[in-house]
Amino acid sequence: MGMTITEKILCEHADLKEVHPGELINARVDIALGNDITAPIAIAEFEKAGGGKVYDRDKVVLIPDHFVPNKDIASAGQCKVMREFAKEQIITHYYEVGEAGIEHAFLPEQGIVLPGDLVIGADSHTCTYGALGAFATGVGSTDLAAAMLTGELWFKVPRTMKILLYGNMQKWVSGKDLILYIIGMIGVDGARYRAMEFAGETVEKLGMAARLTIANMVIEAGAKNGIFIPDNVTREYVHGKGKRNYKFYTSDPDAEYAEVIEIDVGKIEPQVAFPHIPSNVRDVSQVGEVMIDQVVIGSCTNGRIEDLRIAAKILNGRKAAPYLRLIIVPATREIYKMALREGLMGIFIDANATISPPSCGACLGGHMGVLANGERAVATTNRNFVGRMGHSGSEVYLAGPAVAAASAVLGRIAAPDELAWGSGS
Amino acid sequence: MKHRGRVWKFGDHIDTDVIIPARYLTTTSPEILAAHCLEDADPTFAKKVKAGDIIVAGENFGCGSSREHAPIAIKTAGIACVIARSFARIFYRNAFNMGLSIYESEDLWDRISDGQKIEVDSGRGTIRIINSNADLMRIQPIPPFMQELINDGGLMKHLSKKRS
Ligand code: SF4
Repeated sequence: MGMTITEKILCEHADLKEVHPGELINARVDIALGNDITAPIAIAEFEKAGGGKVYDRDKVVLIPDHFVPNKDIASAGQCKVMREFAKEQIITHYYEVGEAGIEHAFLPEQGIVLPGDLVIGADSHTCTYGALGAFATGVGSTDLAAAMLTGELWFKVPRTMKILLYGNMQKWVSGKDLILYIIGMIGVDGARYRAMEFAGETVEKLGMAARLTIANMVIEAGAKNGIFIPDNVTREYVHGKGKRNYKFYTSDPDAEYAEVIEIDVGKIEPQVAFPHIPSNVRDVSQVGEVMIDQVVIGSCTNGRIEDLRIAAKILNGRKAAPYLRLIIVPATREIYKMALREGLMGIFIDANATISPPSCGACLGGHMGVLANGERAVATTNRNFVGRMGHSGSEVYLAGPAVAAASAVLGRIAAPDELAWGSGS
Repeated sequence: MKHRGRVWKFGDHIDTDVIIPARYLTTTSPEILAAHCLEDADPTFAKKVKAGDIIVAGENFGCGSSREHAPIAIKTAGIACVIARSFARIFYRNAFNMGLSIYESEDLWDRISDGQKIEVDSGRGTIRIINSNADLMRIQPIPPFMQELINDGGLMKHLSKKRS
């Protein structure tokens, strides 16, 4: 019996000849990631277990990104715990706020995670790196502590479901719309405990940014990991980035799948997930009149340069609606620089946007964009749970950058086509 | 192990943002986290809950963020165990890794009301509703490796035992 790409990566990292879904294995970890929220607990657990040196200082990655620049005295303390640990352990991949940005945008961009890796992160959106053809999954702080100590971790081999995408995407439809549509279709536990493998002719044409967005949100369907078979797009993306060897895995033709779902993407229009669950999606044409107070364009889901370019295209020469706060968050320093070079920042500022430093900030209701009771936001982030971006009486609507930018201009949830477009634009 | 306690009933897809909102994640103090446990689902939950009480929930309990602050808040609030139809996978891992007892039961949610008392016998794998003549219900058996984690007192202690 053949194996899926997920099974093969797990198998090889467990030094086994074959693995089967449901099996519990112990596997080597190539990269173990923590942030300013989850690492302090992991560090305490690590110390309690005797501590000493981490198993490999090149393989532990610590990124302060959630509450940075420090939002208050308590969060400053959390960051300090992590910084001191990083210094003492001489952690290679520790980055201050100005150097990096949001972990899941930064790690692939810098080639810190690579195809074929087994990556664990004490952050649920660690699944983002599946876009590169890596096995990457979110875990808790204790798991991170164990991985820092031993370089290994226990895993249950997941069953894989295949999502076959075919057809051509409509105008303004992006990776975000595809994954929102899929979550709407299968539900927030539709892929629980499973690997989601994306394939099909549409996938082959998707750029890396769209793949990262899609893999980022598989956790919102309950998946353990999402994964793309590496190809030329992957090769081009990682070219010159990685300082380690990497390996392209693929699924065997006779690999077994729990389920295969086929989707004609040509039918999909831009999507909006209504509160308070990411599966509550509607076509943008079916939204009705929903007035909004804030728009956030950024996050590990949609804060890449490709997303900012889409937003800039829509915001160019336009302004945010009166009384609306438009917050734009380039996800990393590199993206920030690119946006400056390309003139996108000028467009945003002229549109009355405020530019947030590369950080999680508003996405988790941390700081720099918290919502008051009764307020509504459209966000290109990944979660719209109760209280996610602030008061438990606030609401978050999830969308891609095109809908978010158009909504910012009109002050209500809107499709980009509702704006007046001159000829040639 | 036996747990006997009052049931606090919740629905499907209780996410970790609701269990412990991000605005409290500037601390790792178990007591502070416990004081805000499930605040966005029931603002007075932490005040009402008593040591030994039990949470009963529907599908996909603990979905969303991987924050281990969620099981820490629940455990420190005094909750003896959580019984759900199903758990999101990161929460499931976290609970076993840090020593919060959790069980899966298909039937309990439909048959129980908030405020009733139940007795959970993990050894026998049964749940009984106290002061009712409802049948005994079964909990899903815990996989042997997970049972080992519980017996050793969580993942880190399990590892220390293996390494010594
Ligand atoms: S941007 Fe949002 S979803 Fe992504 S890591 Fe930060 S808080 Fe989590």
